[in-house]
Amino acid sequence: MANKKLLITSIPIVVFIVLVIVFWFSLGSDPTELPSQRIGKQVPEFRLSNLHNPEETFTNKDLPNKPFLLNVWATWCVSCHVEHPYLVKFANQYPIPIIGLNYKDVRVDALQYLQKGGDPYLFSIADEDGTMGIDLGVYGAPETFIVDGEGIIHHRYVGVIDERVWTTVILPKMKELDPSLVDVEATQ
Amino acid sequence: MKKFALIISILFFAQLAEAVIETYDFDNEEQEQLYYEIINELRCPKCQNQTIADSDAPLSRDLRFIVQQKIKVGETKSQILTYMQERYGDFVLYDPPVQPANYVLWFAPLAIFLIILVVVISRVGRRKVNPATGDVELKDIHSKDIHSKDIHSKEKGE
Repeated sequence: MANKKLLITSIPIVVFIVLVIVFWFSLGSDPTELPSQRIGKQVPEFRLSNLHNPEETFTNKDLPNKPFLLNVWATWCVSCHVEHPYLVKFANQYPIPIIGLNYKDVRVDALQYLQKGGDPYLFSIADEDGTMGIDLGVYGAPETFIVDGEGIIHHRYVGVIDERVWTTVILPKMKELDPSLVDVEATQ
Repeated sequence: MKKFALIISILFFAQLAEAVIETYDFDNEEQEQLYYEIINELRCPKCQNQTIADSDAPLSRDLRFIVQQKIKVGETKSQILTYMQERYGDFVLYDPPVQPANYVLWFAPLAIFLIILVVVISRVGRRKVNPATGDVELKDIHSKDIHSKDIHSKEKGE
């Protein structure tokens, strides 16, 4: 009988402990973050103009054949303004190509912005009507896709890439994809 | 009365202006109906608890435009929903498919109900009803003690 009493009194305690564990692990997670549907798939087919030169078009063939970052940004995106200086810095410090996808933006504004704030991008694709953004499942700029040399998407980061995100998320994943980065230290 | 009519019409049109974000021309009524059906079943990925019909976010506007374009070229509802799902995942559907990731949501209520049912049945089954008095006696020794004490006190009282 004592056993039974013990069992019954322990139920609330067990429930409480389980709830604490569940809530503890949900503390750090962002409920607005959506998993990307493009992980493990090719960068969707695109045919878009060069931000710097509307006459020139870029397609999937123009993507680097080594792992790179595809950064979706726009001048109307407030967080992108926060992220931009970091990207300029990382582009200078690391031999990691960053491709810019200027998402639903006004070309002149974007060019002016890059001229003023610095241009971290190897090249910039102009997605004026947002078709590529939708194909990529972009829902909130800035978004950054980690793509390998074959054009396969490995990871998506939604939000601002700062020092912490770069060292804890982006860099480790890039090192996994590109062994030549393993010993690379930031150059000042 | 005129004033009243004016106020009513102002209120009425003010609401209209809010509800209709943009208008699209469709070839026929079925297409238009399909359009509203679909945009009311798609969730805005940016604003999470709104349908794209409800939401004023630029992304929702773009998605509505795509839905409209696709209806016009004759795509079916399932084709359009698949298109959205391929890009934004099950999240975008207000009626997501049953799959291992959401089994807990679908089946936990049923499982909890079954557990409660089993517990209740086993407890009720363990009780003994005295056919003469209709009194319920628990087989449980502990409870029986209380029960008999209860009877004793009643007897004393009488």
